[in-house]
Amino acid sequence: MSDPIAPPGKKNPQRRTDVPNTPPPQRSRAALGLAAAAAEGRFMLQVCGSCGEVQYPPRDACSKCLSVDLNWRDVSPHGKLIAETKVRATTDLYFRKQTPVHVGTVKLDVGPSVICHVHGDVGADETVRLAIKLDRAGQGVMMALPAEETPFMDDDPRLRETSCTPKHRRILLTDARNPNAPEIAGALKSAGAEKIFVGLSEDWRPNRYHDDIMAVTGVEMLPLDVTDSKSVEELAAELGGKTDILVNNARYVRPGGLMARGDTVFAQNEMDVNYLGLMRLAQAFGPAMCARTADGTNSAVAWVNILSAYALVNSPDYGCFSASNAAAFSLSQNMRADFRTSGLRVLNVFVGPTDDDWHQELPPPKVPAKTLAGSLVQGLVDGLEDVYCGDVAKDMIERFRASPKIQEREMTGFRS
Amino acid sequence: MTLLEDLAGALAGGSIEIVDLTHTLDPDFPVIVLPPEFGQCARFRMEEVSHYDHRGPAWKWHNISMSEHTGTHFDAPSHWVSGRDVANGSVDEIPAGNLMAPVVVIDCSAGAAENDDFELTPDILSEWERTHGRIPEGCWVLMRTDWSHRSGAAYLNMREDGPHSPGPTPDAIRFLIDERNILGFGTETIGTDAGQGSHYTPPYPAHFYLHGAGKYGLQCLCNLDKLPATGAMLVTPPLKIRNGTGSPLRVLALKEV
Amino acid sequence: MSRTRFGYEGVAVVSPATVPYQRFSIETAHWWIARAFKQSLDQAGLRPGDIDGFAVSSFTLFPDNAVGLTQHLGLRPRWLDHIPMGGASGIVALRRAARAVQAGDADIVACVAGDTNHIDSFRNLLSSFSRFSQDASYPYGFGGPNANFALLTDRYMKDHGATREDFGRICVAQRENALRNPDALMKKPLSLQQYLDARPISDPIALFDCVMPCAGSEAFLVMTVEEAQRRDLPFAVIVGTIERHNAFADDPIQLRGGWAMDIDDLYGMAKCGPSDIDLLQTYDDYPVISMMQFEDLGFCGKGEGSRFVQNRDLTIFGDFPHNTSGGQLSAGQAGAAGGYIGLVEAIRQVTGTAGPTQVPEASRAMVSGFGVINYDRGVCSGAAIIEGGSA
Repeated sequence: MSDPIAPPGKKNPQRRTDVPNTPPPQRSRAALGLAAAAAEGRFMLQVCGSCGEVQYPPRDACSKCLSVDLNWRDVSPHGKLIAETKVRATTDLYFRKQTPVHVGTVKLDVGPSVICHVHGDVGADETVRLAIKLDRAGQGVMMALPAEETPFMDDDPRLRETSCTPKHRRILLTDARNPNAPEIAGALKSAGAEKIFVGLSEDWRPNRYHDDIMAVTGVEMLPLDVTDSKSVEELAAELGGKTDILVNNARYVRPGGLMARGDTVFAQNEMDVNYLGLMRLAQAFGPAMCARTADGTNSAVAWVNILSAYALVNSPDYGCFSASNAAAFSLSQNMRADFRTSGLRVLNVFVGPTDDDWHQELPPPKVPAKTLAGSLVQGLVDGLEDVYCGDVAKDMIERFRASPKIQEREMTGFRS
Repeated sequence: MTLLEDLAGALAGGSIEIVDLTHTLDPDFPVIVLPPEFGQCARFRMEEVSHYDHRGPAWKWHNISMSEHTGTHFDAPSHWVSGRDVANGSVDEIPAGNLMAPVVVIDCSAGAAENDDFELTPDILSEWERTHGRIPEGCWVLMRTDWSHRSGAAYLNMREDGPHSPGPTPDAIRFLIDERNILGFGTETIGTDAGQGSHYTPPYPAHFYLHGAGKYGLQCLCNLDKLPATGAMLVTPPLKIRNGTGSPLRVLALKEV
Repeated sequence: MSRTRFGYEGVAVVSPATVPYQRFSIETAHWWIARAFKQSLDQAGLRPGDIDGFAVSSFTLFPDNAVGLTQHLGLRPRWLDHIPMGGASGIVALRRAARAVQAGDADIVACVAGDTNHIDSFRNLLSSFSRFSQDASYPYGFGGPNANFALLTDRYMKDHGATREDFGRICVAQRENALRNPDALMKKPLSLQQYLDARPISDPIALFDCVMPCAGSEAFLVMTVEEAQRRDLPFAVIVGTIERHNAFADDPIQLRGGWAMDIDDLYGMAKCGPSDIDLLQTYDDYPVISMMQFEDLGFCGKGEGSRFVQNRDLTIFGDFPHNTSGGQLSAGQAGAAGGYIGLVEAIRQVTGTAGPTQVPEASRAMVSGFGVINYDRGVCSGAAIIEGGSA
């Protein structure tokens, strides 16, 4: 069992906030495959297409047969901890603050030996489950976890470093008017969020979700309109220093494609909320959050975007909305680059049509708010970068990986 | 002394006072809310371009955006379908001579204080004329409700069945147009029509009849309580927007003290 | 191994040079290399232009390599080698130089290793050491080699019942040897208790299991026996060598080195056995590695290393003289020069020029090298047996 992490006390205002450092960030191109696997919480290694040998560390040619046909595949994560150490001395600025660092060697059932982080509940010579986690440099790292769940295992300090768990953290949910706001607030609370600030635009008109949101304990409603730079700046000035996770659920969606619309009015609204809104939030909240990524138990840790799966490839029925989400997706990559040195993670939750007023035209499956909220929070707990929530989003990414061009042709062809 | 010299002297001497009937353009100022499947009235927005900084060392300026119908604004005849074919119906075409005119103020503040859906009726107009005399042709008629004292949610006063705010009945508007040939009609609320104006026949009668008759509208006015019932002048030049259906503007009233 | 290897007849190894180590230096690798090189030439009465073969090893020459050094140092060799094999560099340089001289590709080869050590050099070296360690080792605590060797020490102790006291015996004996070496960085005696009580670095490794990175350089010359005799130089001859890389790649963790693959070849070539060795210089970046070398080089069976060190005296005057200059553990770890320290000391020993660390009547020495923790284990291994030449 891990020691449960206590809720943080009030911050000592006379103590300098710890400077953010990341673990060593450099990797070969091949090793970036670990980050790609970790981004989705998968356990993947290179497997030789010619002889089937499983490779580790990642490389460019098979260590058994010299084939260069090495493919990242999901493989069994099981193995045995055959050696361990506690690193107590290191020259790395990040790890210096983390010592002792529990490190081990795991012999995987599929072959290779892997140097890895070791969860505190794993004992010598035990069987383990390896996971690839994103570290604070945004790189994929191996972590040996107990074969079975242990009490409070998420509170293990090394695991928590790779996680973006809401537990004990203060969250800003940007849009109280999105139908998903009550479910997301509730799920964050259930995951242990200390405080959930919810942004309310245009408080001069009623919000039908108000009572449901306020029913979640620990919620505080504050004025925020992502289309209004001043409003964003004002809230960031108040709250930027205690926003540990920002969940941007602000969204403007109207059905209709390019030619059906015939104008740019809704498109401007979509861009203003979905793209520029994100930009305003990032510019206003980003700096303070990036400065606080080493600030103890409730350090700033993650930024969550809820993106349409049609950010990947345009869905003509919602063509203009898709385009605005493609812009937001691209911006999220810019955010990742700009936040990288701080370790602040950007989690993109891709979701297909949601079960709300604006997707009445579409047949099921549609994603209920509860499902979205659950995926989002699990993504934070697992420390992911990309979550594909619901059947449509999963279908989209699978087709996208197979061939973006074929997918485009499928989605833009003669539609029956 | 010429008339204008007299005016200048009166302004300088304080015997004519200028009253500002305009709300500040502010991102938080409510706008009309239509059913969401319709395009919406854009809120006022301001983006800083530079602030005596690296983006412009010696100057500060903003880009602003809004609807033609945001904040204290002017409605031209072309705003409504009934006025689509009216001559000189867009803001750029409005003759300059129509941009200054006398104004009368119908005080409905007592009624509006008791009833959010207070209606301006022909009877109230008749009663007003008994006290103040006939409404002159070519003047602005402003409906004072003190609604401008409200702010935030109380201003739009939106409920499940839509907004609730005072306004004129179809008959009252018809009377002002047909019987008095006014220049335009103005309110302190978010529109020239009542909050529940969509339930009249025709819906939104003030918009429908005023603009169909080539008359103008003013809304989101304030400080009407500082105006006399009669005897003041309004200055109402909208921005000269080609084919514009309306425009935010500074509304000034001249009154004798 | 069906073919019989050629011996190293006619090859002499001379002029062992060591530039006293410094914990930190403001100088460059070029400076350190030049000094050892010159010291070696001076011993032989040679000038740089007399050298037609040059082999160099260094971690801190960047952006230069052996080529840049020829111009920097005014050499015009017809045989040039850059050997990036860390702790195996000395053995490998010796093998290659000997073959070059034997074949006539070069007449006199200078073998030099040196590194500087600036403040923060060590951290910078680690961060660009190898692709696999960058990708798969250093992101785990950035413990550097300490962590890697802690892992295999942990496994070794579990499998073979070795204790920290056993490793301590190796360290304590080397410190005793170092106290006779005026150039050793460690000047204070070390007791077993001090060893056991030391600050933990990466469990089970503690402070005195770790070498101290420093600046330093080492060199020797390889020439024909005739040339050595003409110049009246004390010389050593090579009776056997082995080299192996990435041995036992399928072992889940390194509990043996490449020596175990090739040891029979080494003794066969040298026509002797373990009991004929007068002194041993192992690569001692961590005591567990020295213990593995005792096993893999045939001085005891696998897993018997701890019993071996309990029963033998590893000091200069003991029954198993080992790392007589104090080794890296007590003399200091001067980067690539660490791959030379044992060989250079062994040349002194078998030529009777070791001075205060001289093992009485030492005539045959074994030197082994071990280098490059590319990921989770040392990849390069090598060993040589040398004997004192008759003048």
